Amino acid sequence: MSDSSPYRDPAAAQYLIGEINAMASRPVRIIEFCGGHTHAIMRYGLRRALAPAVKLLSGPGCPVCVTADHDIDAAIWLSQQPGVILATFGDMLHVPGMHSSLQRERARGARVEVVYSALDALALARKTPDQHVVMLGIGFETTAPTIAAAIKQAAREALDNFSVYSVHKLTPPAMRAILSGELLIDAVLAPGHLSAIIGADAWQFIPDEYGIPCATAGFEPLDILLALHSLVRAVIEGRPQVLNTYRRGVAQHGNQMAQELLSQVLLPADADWRGLEMMPSSGLELAPEYAHYNTRCRFELPELASTDASKRGCRCGEVLAAIIEPTECPLFGCACTPAHPVGPCMISAEGTCSAFFRYGREEI
Amino acid sequence: MCLAVPLQIIAIDQDLATVTMSGVQRQISLALTPEAQVGDYVLVHTGYAISLISPEEAQETLQLFADIDAAVEQADADKEAS
Repeated sequence: MSDSSPYRDPAAAQYLIGEINAMASRPVRIIEFCGGHTHAIMRYGLRRALAPAVKLLSGPGCPVCVTADHDIDAAIWLSQQPGVILATFGDMLHVPGMHSSLQRERARGARVEVVYSALDALALARKTPDQHVVMLGIGFETTAPTIAAAIKQAAREALDNFSVYSVHKLTPPAMRAILSGELLIDAVLAPGHLSAIIGADAWQFIPDEYGIPCATAGFEPLDILLALHSLVRAVIEGRPQVLNTYRRGVAQHGNQMAQELLSQVLLPADADWRGLEMMPSSGLELAPEYAHYNTRCRFELPELASTDASKRGCRCGEVLAAIIEPTECPLFGCACTPAHPVGPCMISAEGTCSAFFRYGREEI
Repeated sequence: MCLAVPLQIIAIDQDLATVTMSGVQRQISLALTPEAQVGDYVLVHTGYAISLISPEEAQETLQLFADIDAAVEQADADKEAS
């Protein structure tokens, strides 16, 4: 079952592509929210194979990319504090703030540790009782429960030298912001692993409020084609509904244990998104009971003036809102490349610009 | 960042499970899927199992792809015959 090859069968893929192209009596515009989908779609050449029957738009699907500049600056400030070890997932290392990046601070001697899991940050805190470990809590609903579990574990152990700087984001508010905008969108490809947590039912507001279908999808090429096939048929037949095409990993109601944990430890709070601005109740902050593990309560963070990446000519904000494609940014592929990135969509492994650069050059 | 990989649980010790990833054994947390058993496949994200993979649903999806393959082969055979 772990063997993904049956999910990459070329004959079945060709068949589904043919069916989709035959079904679409007009171009169907589908937005994929998840950066993992964007990369798989580009890697397997699905955008090109389905054009012009399906126009795929890339949404704000990467937590690193949507992190606001002032939160990056706050993480950099924290890494500069004596006695602090900043634990972070690797993607955040290279994102530039106003004057520096975590990578640069590390080169200057700051203790910035890349962790694979919040479990590693907990282990680090146990091992270094004379240091304070700040875990940079970044991610959508997929990652947030793992951080919540770590906070709860820290509380259980009365681990005093551990806290979380939460910049977690919730996806439904971002989806609503995009669907309420001026973009013409016929259907939504919903994130697969995120849906494993929140459940396929969590997307019911899309058909209910916006009158368009939505499908959860896995990340293998046939998973994505199957979901797109279901979506195109639903659009053509005028049936707005939620289609769970990733049933092996996504339960209708999601992971209720994870949802319960989230509701105890991390509560909805206003959050600032790159590209989508401040949105009410679109982020997660530690519940008052866990204030002792909240970095914002443990440190007096300075008011940080926001860096304005757009002043450097970076158009990541518009890429994240699916208003432009990366190739429409004048920096793309010239001043901004994976080796010398300017904006977060090129830096993050799941960023849209990085996907276009790696796999989409022949389409430009 | 929401990357998750399907891995099989080979041992469980309280809320930690041992899985094999590319031949390397590592421990993951079952804090979010306490119902997981040895032998189950789980989706693993940043060291935590976030969901149990349903073998029945996986089989159903694979069967669908197998049916598509059979239909494609049949169509090819029909084309050759005509």
